[in-house]
Amino acid sequence: MITEPLLRMTGIGKSFLGVRVLHDVDLDLYAGELHALVGENGAGKSTLMKVLAGVHRPDDGRIELDGTEVSFEHPLRAQRAGVSTVFQEFNLLPERTVAQNVFLGRETRTRGMVDERAMENATAALLDDLGLEGVSPRSKVRHLSVAEQQVVEIVKALSHDARVISMDEPTAALADHEVEVLYRIIARLRERGVGILYVSHRLKEIFDLADTITVLKDGHRVDTVAAADTRPAELVRKMVGRPISSVFPDPLEPHGDRVGEVRLSVSGGGNTRLDGIELRVHGGEIVGLAGLQGSGRTEIAHALFGVDRFTRGEVHVDGRRVDPRSPRQAVRAGLALVTEDRKAQGLLLEQSVLANARLVLDAVLPFGSGRRARRIPGLLSSLELVARGGHGQEVRYLSGGNQQKVVLAKWLATDPSVMVLDEPTRGIDVGAKQAVYTLMRELAAAGVAIVLISSELPELLGMSDRLIVLDDGRIAGELPGDAGEEDVMALATGASSPRHEEAAP
Amino acid sequence: MNVENPLPRPRFGSALSALRGGTGTVSVLLVLIFVVIATQNPSFFEGPPLMAFAKKAAPLVILAIGQYLVIVSGEFDLSVGSLVGAQVVIAARLIDGDEAMTFPVIGVMLLFGLLVGLVNGLVTTLLKVPSIITTLGTMLILFGAVRYWTGGAPTGALSENFRVFGRHGLDGVPGLGQLPWALVVAAVLTVGAILLMRSPYGRSLMATGDNDTAAAFSGVRVGRVRTLAFVGSALMATVAAVLIGGFAGVTAQVGQGLEFTAITAVVLGGVVLGGGRGTVVAAALGALTVEALFTLFNQLYLPSTIQPTAQGLIIVAAVAYASRRTDPRPPKRRPRRRPDHPNERPLDSSRR
Repeated sequence: MITEPLLRMTGIGKSFLGVRVLHDVDLDLYAGELHALVGENGAGKSTLMKVLAGVHRPDDGRIELDGTEVSFEHPLRAQRAGVSTVFQEFNLLPERTVAQNVFLGRETRTRGMVDERAMENATAALLDDLGLEGVSPRSKVRHLSVAEQQVVEIVKALSHDARVISMDEPTAALADHEVEVLYRIIARLRERGVGILYVSHRLKEIFDLADTITVLKDGHRVDTVAAADTRPAELVRKMVGRPISSVFPDPLEPHGDRVGEVRLSVSGGGNTRLDGIELRVHGGEIVGLAGLQGSGRTEIAHALFGVDRFTRGEVHVDGRRVDPRSPRQAVRAGLALVTEDRKAQGLLLEQSVLANARLVLDAVLPFGSGRRARRIPGLLSSLELVARGGHGQEVRYLSGGNQQKVVLAKWLATDPSVMVLDEPTRGIDVGAKQAVYTLMRELAAAGVAIVLISSELPELLGMSDRLIVLDDGRIAGELPGDAGEEDVMALATGASSPRHEEAAP
Repeated sequence: MNVENPLPRPRFGSALSALRGGTGTVSVLLVLIFVVIATQNPSFFEGPPLMAFAKKAAPLVILAIGQYLVIVSGEFDLSVGSLVGAQVVIAARLIDGDEAMTFPVIGVMLLFGLLVGLVNGLVTTLLKVPSIITTLGTMLILFGAVRYWTGGAPTGALSENFRVFGRHGLDGVPGLGQLPWALVVAAVLTVGAILLMRSPYGRSLMATGDNDTAAAFSGVRVGRVRTLAFVGSALMATVAAVLIGGFAGVTAQVGQGLEFTAITAVVLGGVVLGGGRGTVVAAALGALTVEALFTLFNQLYLPSTIQPTAQGLIIVAAVAYASRRTDPRPPKRRPRRRPDHPNERPLDSSRR
């Protein structure tokens, strides 16, 4: 294509609270082109899209549309200029009809009254244009499937005469046959000369759809290549190619009684989000669960913990069959879960360190909780908790790392057989990370079975004895602890068939 | 941020946390009102008038403790006023002046209280009806049912034995004259509630009010803990009904508006609406303060009809003061009701 680009972004930079998440990113998008944006979690893809959508204002750089510089202070400005974004979470009103949603905030009026008929006709025309006669403009959004809701979002974008549409993981919530529909819509949009910016973790889609691919890593643009000139393996290498920077402590000499015994086993585990989960964790072992966001890592933790329990398959802890229907039963069975969202799920922010640390004892083992709670101050000091107000300090005044230590102490106080840690180092400083890693090694040496969930590949590879890679709620493969990041990404994105079958039990 | 919100240093930690619980502020307020009362009526602090005050204030203290249990778990109980009224009417009707019926009927009242509390709790936690609606419904249902049952005017009479608790006391106590049973009951219940809040149940209750998702993830049976708080509140209302019936007798208006007085008392004690903060002592002191204020109004010959207006002002001012004082963080803890993880299914939680 020799024509001028439809959209040109140059030197885009953005910081949040002093942390730079985008560095000098350039991107050109041509009319009728599909430009894919790929990268690991946290590479800056979503931020770049939000800059384009007018959700975030860039600190540096310029955005040109048809050669004229534009600045989007507000999402509405971007929409009026013809740049629409279909986000992962839909911004639809469930109780309004399709037509009302499409024309939300700029309803067609006749003599001052909203003209439903005109809006419905216009919506029907747009739907026909996309070859989607099946969706009625008059049905309530609540009654639509996820795929149909996505179609409504796209129609909404088109009704603004969008020339650029960006889509953030549009297939994340879709079933296979619905993906086909999306492919068809995308083809139609391209025929109309719409430029599409497309974020997806799934390499198959990217190679199916994209003309051009831009790889982002840690907020930098690594490369922009034509899809025809590259292969999945090469792309994966560009996505992960970074040295493992953190230092992980070495495994300790095991001394626990139950080292080597199978302490947690899941066979054929499944529910609405998961299927065919096979998991076997021995005492003294750290098993990492890898996968992209939404691949089922946290879902496994929640299933084990009775939040969204397994409706199929069996779970055994220390040889006993367990079927926890609530966290309480899971705790009684010997499980502990350090939740992913520390503030929303892990802590009582307005209560003291001590109240937080003894909560599980109080809730689950009320008789003798006072006696058991006597261990807590010792646990807290062995974790090197720094609380200026002592153990009576409210948890909300602590740093993220110290908050996490309180969460860990809370679970250690129950002497778990199996400990599941979901993103245990998210948002905490390097020193606290080291403390978490050391603690994991100590627990493993004492015979606890540990399941580690993390989006940080270096952390997973550095700490795990084995890795289970998940994709779309299923186990995509198992890798030894010394596997490379590329092997993990290849499995997680479905870029290749597993090469380490022999490592499976 | 540190300028606005200095972290408590270890040395002052305990003093500050006591103040943060609201005990400090409400104590100061109570003392101030007492001083004003004393200037108007210097004999107020001689034994008998003080005991008369205690006798009058005791039911409100008990109601405030019940309301505290519910509020600290993050809910509301608007049904206590109607429940007090219903209980007094039931007592009068069933006892009908027969001394022998006194204790059986008190037993029936406790069972009825238990039932009302269970219904409030189960509807709130199992049917996920916000407690403000559940208990508003209970309030109206009880109010209407009692009027229907009695045909508008309560019938029957309380027995002398029944009225002992609200009216009489231990005579011949040096310096005080009479130690009212009502005061003894209120003191015992206050101590009991303090101990309850230190027990595993009390800690779970506080945890539920602070963050019910985190509490559920830690193994707290959130629904059950909250239901028990409603039961506690209804039982406290039943005890208060025994005292109020004894003290004031049976009228059609008995109990009216008490739920709001109790909430005012709790809020004045610095117990934060929404749960997770405040102490039993602060709630009890709040009740004393409200009652002292009403006493002061009497002394100033203000008509009692002004009391609801005063309550309204207090409740708004107390909450405004508390939210200014407790938390300089801008949008206070709303986000955690909607976890930022879109796939997050709220755990066993009655809040949405």
